[in-house]
Amino acid sequence: MPRDDGIGAAVRRKEDFRFITGRGSYTDDLNRPGQAFAAFLRSPHAHARVDSINVSPAMAVEGVVAVYTGQDLADAGVNGLPCGWQVHSKNGEPMAEPAHPALAQGKVRHVGDAVAVVIAESRTAARAGAEALEVAYTPLPAIPNMKSAKGAVATVHDDVTNNQCYDWELGDEAEIDAALAASAHQVTLSLVNNRLVPNPMEPRVAIGDFDHASGEHTLYTTSQNPHVIRLLMGAFVLGLPEHKLRVVAPDVGGGFGSKIFHYAEEAVVTWAAAKLRRPVKWTSDRSEAFMTDAHGRDHETTVTLGLDADGKFNALKVITDANMGAYLSTFAPCVPTYLYATLLAGQYTTPKIYAGVRAWFTNTVPVDAYRGAGRPEATYVVERIVEEAARQIGVDPAELRKRNFIAPDAFPYPTPVALEYDSGNYAGTLDKAMAAVDYANFKSRQAASKAAGKLRGIGFSAYIEACGIAPSAVVGSLGARAGLYESGAVRVHPTGSVTFYTGTHSHGQGHETTFAQVIAERLGVPIDNVDVVHGDTNKIQFGMGTYGSRSLAVGGSALAKALDKVEAKAKKIAAHLMEASADDVEFKDGQFTVAGTDKSVGFGDVALTAYVPHNFPHDELEPGLEEQAFYDPANFTFPAGCHICEVEIDPDTGRTEIVNFVAADDFGNIVNPMIVEGQVHGGIAQGVGQALLEGCLYDGDGQLMTGSYMDYCMPRADDLPNFKVETQVTPCPHNPLGVKGCGEAGAIAAPAAVMNAVTDALRSAGVSKPIDMPATPSKIWSALNGA
Amino acid sequence: MPSVSMTINGKKVLGEVEARTLLVDFIREDQRLTGTHVGCDTSQCGACVIHINGEAVKSCTMLAVQANGAEITTIEGLANGDELHPMQEAFRDNHGLQCGFCTPGMIMSAVALAKRNSAPSEKEVRHYLEGNLCRCTGYHNIVKSVIAGARAMS
Ligand code: FES
Ligand code: FES
Repeated sequence: MPRDDGIGAAVRRKEDFRFITGRGSYTDDLNRPGQAFAAFLRSPHAHARVDSINVSPAMAVEGVVAVYTGQDLADAGVNGLPCGWQVHSKNGEPMAEPAHPALAQGKVRHVGDAVAVVIAESRTAARAGAEALEVAYTPLPAIPNMKSAKGAVATVHDDVTNNQCYDWELGDEAEIDAALAASAHQVTLSLVNNRLVPNPMEPRVAIGDFDHASGEHTLYTTSQNPHVIRLLMGAFVLGLPEHKLRVVAPDVGGGFGSKIFHYAEEAVVTWAAAKLRRPVKWTSDRSEAFMTDAHGRDHETTVTLGLDADGKFNALKVITDANMGAYLSTFAPCVPTYLYATLLAGQYTTPKIYAGVRAWFTNTVPVDAYRGAGRPEATYVVERIVEEAARQIGVDPAELRKRNFIAPDAFPYPTPVALEYDSGNYAGTLDKAMAAVDYANFKSRQAASKAAGKLRGIGFSAYIEACGIAPSAVVGSLGARAGLYESGAVRVHPTGSVTFYTGTHSHGQGHETTFAQVIAERLGVPIDNVDVVHGDTNKIQFGMGTYGSRSLAVGGSALAKALDKVEAKAKKIAAHLMEASADDVEFKDGQFTVAGTDKSVGFGDVALTAYVPHNFPHDELEPGLEEQAFYDPANFTFPAGCHICEVEIDPDTGRTEIVNFVAADDFGNIVNPMIVEGQVHGGIAQGVGQALLEGCLYDGDGQLMTGSYMDYCMPRADDLPNFKVETQVTPCPHNPLGVKGCGEAGAIAAPAAVMNAVTDALRSAGVSKPIDMPATPSKIWSALNGA
Repeated sequence: MPSVSMTINGKKVLGEVEARTLLVDFIREDQRLTGTHVGCDTSQCGACVIHINGEAVKSCTMLAVQANGAEITTIEGLANGDELHPMQEAFRDNHGLQCGFCTPGMIMSAVALAKRNSAPSEKEVRHYLEGNLCRCTGYHNIVKSVIAGARAMS
């Protein structure tokens, strides 16, 4: 009988008890003895010269301890923030990589750019101090969007005269142009992938601390990858060696990518704490989050698909402009290139693909990875143009997809855009989704809506993503300045309980449960006897953190490897206890047995023997039972599936209601189906948010128009329906657990499904010009009324 | 500085606060009850919801001095010792939380709804929770949790 807490069981989460009782320990819940508080003065201008900063009025505010400016940091030898990925332009030149000072030096480049920090005895005194600072600015012409960046009427950085970060390509443009020209049909769309603000519900927090006895610096921070922050901040910004710098990311209230990056505030509080010899705490408020957390998406794309007379895809050409914002955030350059263009084959056999991507600097908040990172943008392009092609040539969109799917027996499948898909069954998930949405009866539902004065539409999104990031050698050759393996250590305690140390980080994903289930399955230990530790560089040897749906595929593989080692050693100990050969020992459900005998010994006895080694094979083994493993993946994993959305639009108000949303996903093997479903739900909600509600807007002067929950429309409970979520299992062939990753699928698939449905509904009313996301009631109403 | 007194989770507490101190800051900073969270500065996220005299209130919308004499329950006071409140159980059973940051406010709001309506429909739950943002769950399992929790409470 399978364990009720092992692989495949929908176990309640171990971490939930503390969260539902208010005992979670988020960074802002931590208070260090004697701490001071930091407040940042931020630029009200999109672009300005900082002529002078008068700190005296701030210092005169009661409770203010210190004020530091960019000059102070420069004088102290503090460097700017590094970028972790270098992309080269098609002419071979490295990307433009302008300086990114932690506090402005001479110029501010977006609303919210930090000018100075005030440190005081209380949060209110720090804020009062920041308000009292006198800064003289000379406003400069602002570049609020990519259109004006291209015009280069002004430059965001003096040393980047055309505002271009890079001009990159993948594929042979002339060859693809020729293939398009020779196609029976050509379909073209212009698409905007709207700028989003990630908005984890927990705002960022950073607390710097310094122990002058040991000389150790500690940063407590809301991070998805504390080791990466330690490396970036220690080695590049502050010049602190790893053994004197500890980074702790305790309970973190959501990330969605925005907490991957190294932010200025982390470096400033760490530096200031050492200088002042007391802890310094900074807590972002939501307004600050809107203008300092890295934003997501912000692409403008033209896509052309060529099809032959039978509807087979011949060639795809994609030209994209991508907004980098004012500075390069940690991983920004790879998002519109290697995480985007490499996915443009989608689930199809399109033989020829070209992508040209130009990245631009603007006077806006830096843009970086947000849930899906590049892959939602790619899926949006592919699935919008495929659906558009189906409608234009009059083939059912499901049928057109099926004609072009990579067949289940064609794997491993090398795409023309540099990836090799490992496994998949795309018709399988499409069929599942069509059954779940009752596609066969859609036309009658559409007719019923019409009779009731409503417009009903349906839209598909057959997505693929590359997860399990990533083979280090591959990403290294593409410009990553880091490896992307994962580490894990399994410590078996003398009485047989287990602690697992992982370099991944959970900020909602439920690792404490999922990893414990894998251990329970393998070692036969109940999950209550397993603890999972993450988020502290002093406890975990090393780790690359959590993003790109990598935790189980990469971190879980490290765990599986470490468990192999534990099992191998434990078998030898058991063999010694049972006076048998290790080769004859079998291990199942926590019991070691010798084949063909009735000898057996429990896992707990073996653990005890390892630590009380009175009767122990000392000549062969060391005492103790603890093993560590690093896992560097052989390939990406390729989760894929099909989401179908059905909407009903009220033509009088332009309001869209999602009346049916189904997801059929293939994530390979599943450890905890309850957690996986939850991840899908959350991703879909963010995708629906992008399609219908969310959009980050700047005005012509570079002022942020959507800087709070009053004007940035977050999805609320009554904006969303219940979702139908199903899975299909095609195991990943190249990692030990056969898993692919599930964290981003919803956000990747949903926008195209929703927008294809909206487009279909509008088309039923004779409106064939597509609208862009977010499809707000006013946009839809205007489209319907020719306004 | 004005002094305030109130009952929080059945315990009488006294404090001296600046007149401008928000109730949520008094709870988090002075009383160190950090289960109540702050997710916004425009009173829209609901991470800070507590009960004041039995009513669900966003504690960032009130000054501490306005709560003088009030009877307050926060997430820490909902369980009966180690015995969870049925709504807490329901959130755990139905995977109604992921990162847990919105959860205290969500549960406090849900309890207030369930007291008023012991069998809320999906639509009623979604409408009632309009003032509580969650970025992780897509609300699907929160709605399920609230319906189950309300049933268990009645
Ligand atoms: S913190 Fe009170 S509503 Fe957001
Ligand atoms: S569980 Fe993370 S915000 Fe709701």
